[in-house]
Order: sequence, then C-alpha cells, then structure tokens
Amino acid sequence: MRLAVLTGEHYITGDEACAEGALAAGCTFFGGYPITPATEIAEHMSKCLPEIGGTFIQMEDEIAAMASILGASWAGVKSMTSTSGPGFSLMMENIGLAVCTETPCVVVNVQRGGPSTGLPTMGAQGDMMQARWGSHGHYEIIALAASSAQEMFSQTITAFNLAEKYRTPVILLADEVIGHMSEKVIIPEASEIKTVSRPKPQGEKEGFRPFQPGENGVAPMPSAGDGYKIHVTGLTHDERGYPVMTVEAQAQMVERIVKKIQNNRDDIIKTESYSLDDAEIILVSYGISARTSLAAMNQARALGMKVGFLKLLTIWPFAEEKVRALATKARAFITVEINYGQIHLEVMRSVAGKAECHLVGHAGGTVITPEQVLERIKELY
Amino acid sequence: MAADIQASQSEIVHPLDHLIRTDRIPHIWCPGCGIGTVFSACLKAMISSRIDLEKTCMVSGIGCTGRAAGYLNLDSFHTTHGRAIPFATGLKLANPELNVIVFSGDGDLFAIGGNHFIHGARRNVDMTVICVNNFIYGMTGGQVGATTPVKAKTTTTPVGNPDAPFNLPLLAWASGANYVARWTMLHIRKLTACIEKALTRKGFSFIEVLAPCPTNYGRKNKENSLETLRLYRDKTIIKNNVDPSELDMDFEKGIILGEFVSRERPTCIENYDRTCRIP
Ligand SMILES: Cc1ncc(C[n+]2csc(CCOP(=O)(O)OP(=O)(O)O)c2C)c(N)n1
Ligand code: SF4
Repeated sequence: MRLAVLTGEHYITGDEACAEGALAAGCTFFGGYPITPATEIAEHMSKCLPEIGGTFIQMEDEIAAMASILGASWAGVKSMTSTSGPGFSLMMENIGLAVCTETPCVVVNVQRGGPSTGLPTMGAQGDMMQARWGSHGHYEIIALAASSAQEMFSQTITAFNLAEKYRTPVILLADEVIGHMSEKVIIPEASEIKTVSRPKPQGEKEGFRPFQPGENGVAPMPSAGDGYKIHVTGLTHDERGYPVMTVEAQAQMVERIVKKIQNNRDDIIKTESYSLDDAEIILVSYGISARTSLAAMNQARALGMKVGFLKLLTIWPFAEEKVRALATKARAFITVEINYGQIHLEVMRSVAGKAECHLVGHAGGTVITPEQVLERIKELY
Repeated sequence: MAADIQASQSEIVHPLDHLIRTDRIPHIWCPGCGIGTVFSACLKAMISSRIDLEKTCMVSGIGCTGRAAGYLNLDSFHTTHGRAIPFATGLKLANPELNVIVFSGDGDLFAIGGNHFIHGARRNVDMTVICVNNFIYGMTGGQVGATTPVKAKTTTTPVGNPDAPFNLPLLAWASGANYVARWTMLHIRKLTACIEKALTRKGFSFIEVLAPCPTNYGRKNKENSLETLRLYRDKTIIKNNVDPSELDMDFEKGIILGEFVSRERPTCIENYDRTCRIP
C-alpha cells in the first residue's frame, strides 16, 4: 500500500506533480474525463487513489465529472477534477452550482490553444477570463497559476486548502507546457505539509443553518449522513438553505458569497516580487510565461536596464492593490501571457492611467521567448 | 363538543410530517398534479423499508418534480438540470453508507440527462431512481420532451409531436439496471411496494411513474386530471416480467405496468473494490 504522500526528490511531469499535490492535500475522490493535456493527472489518480482507500471514476463527460465531485464533497471528502479547454467549458454550469452551494472542490485546467478544439497538444493561456467569468451570474472565484512542476505540486495543495477554508471551488490554471514538462520536484514529509479541512458544525443539529456564516464569513459545513438534514440548492436561498425568490434574498446571498472572497483578499492573494524596488519597467506574468519573464528580466538587468518582475501565483482575485501601488513608482508595465490580452486588461484597470501598459502575447501554440519580451523592453526603455 | 373536535384536530399530525419540511408548505405543485402522490409514496416506502433515514439522501435535478428534494426533511440536494445522477454518483461512491434516492422529472432524467442515466445504469451505481413521467416539461410551461407521445400537443409542437418517445424501462434494462418497474400514481400501493423493494435492493433501481400534469399536458391535449386517471385505470395492463421491448408508450394498445427486471449484477462499488483495489 502506498503512502498518501510520496516524499523525497522526483523527476516527474507537472501533471503528475499536480496529482501528487492532490494526494498530499488529502484528496480522496477524483471524477474526470480524459482530455489532452490534462489526462495524465487522471491517469495518475486512477492508479494511486484505490491504493489509499480513495475512489477514482471516469465519468461520461465533464459535466458529469464536475457534478460527481460536488456530490463527493457533500459526502465529506476532498474532491477534484482536471480538464482542458473544451471540458472546462462543459464544467461551467456546475462550477456555478459549487459557488452558489459553497461546495469545496478543485478544478485543474491544463490550458491548450483554443477556441474550440484548437490546438489539443499545444499550450496557451487563453482561459484566464473564462476561469473568472465562465459561469453565469455575478460571483467571485479563486484561481491559481503554476509555473513549474514544483508549483503544480504546491499550488494544488494551496488550491485544496483555500477551497476547504472558504467553502468554494478553486481553479488551478496550468498550461500544456507545464503539464507535460518533466522537472525535479521535491516533496516534503507529510508532517511538513500544511493541510486545511473545512470547518465542521458543532452542537445542536435540529434547526442548524448550513449557510449561516461563522468567522471569515464562511459557514461550517456538515456532510450528508451527519444528521443535520440539510437542504442544498442552486436556487437563491437563505441561511437555512431554503429557496427564497426575492430581491432581498438574492442581494443577501450573492453579497455574502462575493464578500467571503473579497474580504479575505490579503489571505488569498500571493505574488512573488523580483527586483521591483528600483524598476522602471515591470513585467507581470504567470504560469509558463512567468519563466519567460524572469529570463527576460535577468537579460535586461545584465544590459543595465531597470526591469522588475511581478509573478502572479493567485490569478483571481487579481492582485490589484499590489499593481496599483507599483504603478506609482514604475513607468511602464508589460504583461506577458499567451493570449491577446486578458490579465493585461486587469493590469490596465489596476494601473488606472498612472503608467503605460503593454502586452507581449500571441494566440497560443508555443511559449513566448525571453527575446520577444526583451525586444519590447528595449523599445520602451 | 364542537370545541373538542377543533382542539383534537389541531393536534392531528400527518404520519409523514416528520419527513417533510413543513415550514416550506405550501408546495409549488398545481392542483391535480401527480407529483405529490408519487412523493408521498416514496416517503411511505422510505419508512416501511426501515432504511436508516439519517443515512438517506435525496437528489433532484431541475423541474417541478425536481422540487421534491426541497420538501424532504432529510439531507437533500437540488442540483442542476439533468445532473442529479452524476451528483448522486459522487455522493454514493464517496460515502457508500448513504442510501441515495434520485427523484426527478422525465425531461431532466431522459432529455438533458439521458447520457447520465444510461451510464449510471451501466455502472450499476447503488441508487434508486424515481422518474415522474408527465410526458412534458412542466416547469417551463409545457414543451415537448423525450417522453412526449407521438402527435401530442405541446407549446413547441403546436400541431403535434412528430417524434417517437423513449421506452424508459427498455432503456433502463438495456443499460444494465438491476431493477426496473413502471406504475402510475393511481397504483399507489403497488408503487409504494416497488419503491420499498428498490430501496432495499443493491444496484441501480429504476421506477417510472406516470403522473398527470393538468396545467400543461392536460390543457394542451384536452385531457383533465380525472380523464388522465381514467386512462391510467382503463388503458393499462399489469403484466410483470414482460419483455421490455413490449413496453412502448401507446395508449391505444394499452400501457403495460409492473415489475420487469430484477437481477443481481454486481454494483459499481463492488466492481471497483474487486478490480481496482489491491487486497
Ligand atoms: C441547463 C438548463 N436548461 C434549461 C433549463 C430550463 N428548465 C427548467 S425545468 C425544465 C424541464 C423540466 O421538465 P421535466 O424534467 O420533465 O420536469 P417537470 O417540470 O415536468 O416535473 C427546463 C427545460 C434549466 N433549468 N437548465
Ligand atoms: S406544471 Fe404540471 S408538473 Fe408542474 S406542478 Fe403544475 S401540474 Fe405539476
């Protein structure tokens, strides 16, 4: 029998590291559907989960996969799915159900070129806004990015911890290059890995309100079979979970699930800063393009140009306070991403005219090279 | 005397009240609608089957029938349109101790959710699926569905339905369900007995229940509730164990009711444990 947490140094792909991160976080249910370039996550989970007493199921499509992980979450376990563009589109309605019913779960999107079937085997970062707004209605979502196999491991754990802490779906946005690339991954001992589990209710079961927020604005979450007689619905509901079709109930519920994320931005948003103190030009990037950006920054610095780099580990909610503060010091921002400007729009919004905003991006299928970024830096410098 | 009667009446508690969220009554169902009768048959069967109710949950999709989960005073889930079965699959596989009941409409389970139904039955996930078949989309105001009889009028087939409906028991049998039955809401005792049986059996159990939707199907097809119930009495034949291919929905020929499939294929969890888990 394998231990839930593999420890030590391993040379594995980003997808495998993601699966190992999920196991280390305590995930015991995976519902999935094969799709390049995310399939290896499902394959790895199908091998490991039965060995640790968990369950893997390949569902009939991504709609079912997403529904199954919500059911599993309400049965009390940590659950996840993984997919890419076309499957991510199919999951959207039930991601909304997860938001509305405050169901913790993790959805990994290993991005490929789109729209439609696009470039199945080639990377892109075109689903950033879909992750933010892909399900209908107004809501907040947590989405993370990973720029190495090591981060696929650690960010998957973070995704589970945030999902459990805030009772919300968390999306991990990877890309084909990170998913398929093999790299050294160092996995610590299980005792060194911090894991979080959802708050559980205590005390009186009769009359318990499963949507009445406790600390942090998050309500303790019972599981099916615990005796709380909960009702869970995707209709607008009150704190008992009962449907209430009024303007007031809508305002109350939506405001609460939006605020539960917004009020905890400081806890959720993580970035890494590289040479920002004296930077005149700041690169903003994430995922595989973060590596491009770091290399470009180092090359620019070697040429004596004051360039810094802000790496986004959390995509949503967007690190707007951080970018806004930097905009008072820097002259220009360059967002580096494999699309025609998605996070770029967020940077522009946050900078609010205080600095120039530029984009180095393309439609997908390959990475952006450091030279392409350096060229733009030189033009601006 | 009159005062006495009044006093004792106020203390009368319906024997199913403890299974109902009475604070959510009145329910949304129209006068003459058949869903409530099927729901109460289900509640009775839950009691008579003696399953552990604390470990029992109901999952519904979307529709008038899908509102049932919201009235049950047990763990209950009102999910998305068509997705009750995959949600229920996750619940059951993640906690095999749970008794899982899916209660939903024909459009939900067989039009938008048809793919999930056949795969749930194929895997033989241990759950009881009760489909209230009113031949139409009730909640959205009476559009054609995958179960609407040929020539029936709906708001989207104003001159009559050109397409053939599914034979649901045949589909369930062919997909692998362990237990398959069909009743109408008029056959309440037999229906309750079959639900009771389904709840205590292993594997995927499916019960189709015909029930009137006077508001939409009835009005469009000039058939009031009482006339629908007469059809249920006069145009049905009880024949257990008939070949499922004979179960077409044809009121001219007569609709066959009964218990059609009762077999012991291993369940999804049994297969997984046996095949995928290293002892
Ligand atoms: C994805 C999606 N598409 C459409 C709808 C609209 N809708 C709500 S209920 C329903 C049909 C319900 O019909 P049925 O399952 O037969 O249940 P009934 O109301 O007759 O009990 C539809 C189409 C929806 N809620 N979600
Ligand atoms: S519309 Fe039809 S199915 Fe819906 S509650 Fe009314 S009678 Fe019942």
